[in-house]
Amino acid sequence: MATTLADDLRPLHHPHSWVTKYVWSQDHKVIAIQYSVTAISIGLVALVLSALMRLQLGFPGLFPAIQPDNYLQFVSMHGMIMVVYLLTALLLGGFGNYLIPLMIGARDMVFPFVNMLSFWFYLLSVIVLVAGFFVPGGPTGAGWTLYPPQAITEGTPGHQWGIATMLVSLAIFVAAFTMGGLNYVTTVLQARTRGMTLMRMPLSVWGIFTASVMGLLAFPALFVAAIMMLFDHFAGTSFFMPTMQSMGAITDTQGGSPLLFQHLFWFFGHPEVYIVALPAFGIVSDLISVHARRNIFGYRMMVWAIVIIGALSFLVWAHHMYVSGMNPYFGFFFATSTLIIAIPTAIKVYNWLLTLWRGDIHLRVPMLFAIAFIFTFIHGGLSGLFLGNVSVDVPLSDTFFVVAHFHMVMGVSPVLVIFGAIYHWYPKIFGRMWNETLGKLHFWITFLGVYAIFLPMHYLGILGVPRRYYALGETAFIPQSVHLANAWISIAALIVFVAQGMFFFNMIWSLFRGPRADPNPWGAASLEWLTPDTPPGHGNWGPHLPVVHRWAYDYSVPGAARDFIPQTEPRT
Amino acid sequence: MAQGIDREVIAPTLREIAADWSADQEVFRHTHWGKAMMWIFLLSDTFIFSCFLTGYMTVRASATLPWPNTAEVFALNIGGQDIPLVLIAIMTFALISSSGTMAMAVNFGYQRDRRKTTALMLLTALFGLTFLGMQAFEWSKLIFEEGVRPWSNPMGAPQFGAAFFMITGFHGLHVTCGVILLLIIASKVARGHYDKSGDYSAVEIAGLYWHFVDLVWVFIFAFFYLW
Ligand code: HEM
Ligand SMILES: [Cu+2]
Repeated sequence: MATTLADDLRPLHHPHSWVTKYVWSQDHKVIAIQYSVTAISIGLVALVLSALMRLQLGFPGLFPAIQPDNYLQFVSMHGMIMVVYLLTALLLGGFGNYLIPLMIGARDMVFPFVNMLSFWFYLLSVIVLVAGFFVPGGPTGAGWTLYPPQAITEGTPGHQWGIATMLVSLAIFVAAFTMGGLNYVTTVLQARTRGMTLMRMPLSVWGIFTASVMGLLAFPALFVAAIMMLFDHFAGTSFFMPTMQSMGAITDTQGGSPLLFQHLFWFFGHPEVYIVALPAFGIVSDLISVHARRNIFGYRMMVWAIVIIGALSFLVWAHHMYVSGMNPYFGFFFATSTLIIAIPTAIKVYNWLLTLWRGDIHLRVPMLFAIAFIFTFIHGGLSGLFLGNVSVDVPLSDTFFVVAHFHMVMGVSPVLVIFGAIYHWYPKIFGRMWNETLGKLHFWITFLGVYAIFLPMHYLGILGVPRRYYALGETAFIPQSVHLANAWISIAALIVFVAQGMFFFNMIWSLFRGPRADPNPWGAASLEWLTPDTPPGHGNWGPHLPVVHRWAYDYSVPGAARDFIPQTEPRT
Repeated sequence: MAQGIDREVIAPTLREIAADWSADQEVFRHTHWGKAMMWIFLLSDTFIFSCFLTGYMTVRASATLPWPNTAEVFALNIGGQDIPLVLIAIMTFALISSSGTMAMAVNFGYQRDRRKTTALMLLTALFGLTFLGMQAFEWSKLIFEEGVRPWSNPMGAPQFGAAFFMITGFHGLHVTCGVILLLIIASKVARGHYDKSGDYSAVEIAGLYWHFVDLVWVFIFAFFYLW
């Protein structure tokens, strides 16, 4: 069962049967793939929901099967699935699991068994979430923010059971994440190979590591909020419930604080944005550096920017609550802290651009996605500067401007990075190459498509089109052009939706038919490309752990034999 | 004097910390992985309890009905006299004592004293069970004698019962898990499992968790019973 390998004394668990190898697996690479497949599958559900919403918004009245209640349910499930069950799970559970041990030169996570449990809890949370579609009344339609009192009050879709499955699922997800996150953090801190100092780690690891620490501190607030709302819902408590009139009658509840929920939710919700963004920042830095054959510009600055963004993001949550009637001094504080985050963020953007500057840029598919990310991220960040200011945010709040902003900055941007990352690491994960032409086609349709979708939304928002509206009807302040724009957005969205088929076809077809990949097709310097086997075998490194002598960014070093120097090459 | 401490203690310590963080392999030198992970878990759990307690403080402030007088609610009638906080004083004493026995268990663990470690861990678990038993008693007194419910409360704000049952319940759940953990590890100690592996860290890791649960109780005690 447990054997000890030559140069490290920790026993490694060796699977024997097919089941322990691929189902109840404790190997971080298998768990990563399990996480990713589950996350992408549930993400597809969210994508279908967005297509349904767009059908309704673009062509109101044409689809009588979509009732107002359904629309609200689609919005809520789409938002929650995308943010938590797709992006968080895929970036941390998927990429975190795959990349951390390989990039720091470990054989596995420190506690493989806990890591395995993490996946099964995640799967359970997804099953409970999906059960929401089948309970009486359907899933919750309270918006992904789930604000009480409305989330559990009659009149909101799914106020009976849909909200309960959602809250239970979230609580399970938090447990799953905690088990995973503890592993990621401890592995990075304690299980690096010889020579791998923190300041030699690839930025992908830094991003994932910081995001995991943040998750461990932010998800508790969501967990507590979910538990308290479950009590309000099932035990008749009044944590979040004031005295209200509902359906013509005074409720039994009294004295609760709806604002408390908002604070708890956003104390989780804002860091969550960066839990998704920081791994994407890290990964994109590595993609840019590898494919531009340039060392990352300002590595130390990049690391500190990640850490500082992570820390500051715990101090800005109430910028989501400017319209909640809070004290203007708080508004001032939160606007200031929000704008301060723009500084380290801008540093990162400049550093990406400076890395590209005079680089030997190879416009392969991963690089295209990485550069596209810089575009969408800058655009999303700029609209964020508007929304961070109280006086500008108040009229824009709850309009499509907000929808446009967060889709650019935390929807599209991380998704582009994920695509890039999948194209980038696919040859290592499966040992095959994908089809370049199909990949490029997928890229261009997706990239141009998301602009076609989300750019016009800014315009809608400035005109005052509210978000979470089933249909606009004939409203005086809404000009005809809005309807035209909505139809255009929907057509673009459907094209993008269909185009994703190319990605899935490419990935699945290449799995069986793709040409065999080189162990290091991009000429990358970081450890994961230096494994003795491709795909890496159990234990990753064969009998001896790699020894690291330099950082992960020695590209195009003057005088070197090749245009990259692997991290394991001794310094002369 | 102060300057001496500065130069002889603080500065070298800082230098050591910086050296550890900039070294390879391990940030916390020679620290069992499980121990490092437990510390990080406890940090996360601290946030859970902080959120619970913040929630409690918020609803206490937002409640529209008066908050019950805790000195009366938590009094025990002994010999015809209402004595405030007596039960909770005993409960807290039991839990704090269990931290003492746990610390001794860890100490004997490192001395490889199998019998004493087992005995002290069992004693710790026993203290934990005592605590849980008294908590059950207190809950039933509140529910059956005083009519406190999560949704209502004859003495005033319904948030009192809601927050009390939720938070002490969540803490009680932690204690229960702790007792189970202690029993498992104690049985492993007794069977000589750690003598074979040569590593008694599990005892210390369980101890960390146990001390944390005690520490949280001190806060809950202060916030619910003394405020
Ligand atoms: C082609 C891709 C996508 C399309 C067409 C799309 C479309 C939409 C639409 C139409 C709405 C509802 C707007 C409203 O009525 O208020 C929405 C809401 C939302 N979307 Fe997306 N979306 C896409 C991708 C994503 C991604 C990748 C994320 C990940 C962060 C995301 C996160 C959200 C969130 C958080 C909401 C808000 C839900 C709410 O208001 O409660 N979306 N999306
Ligand atoms: Cu925010």
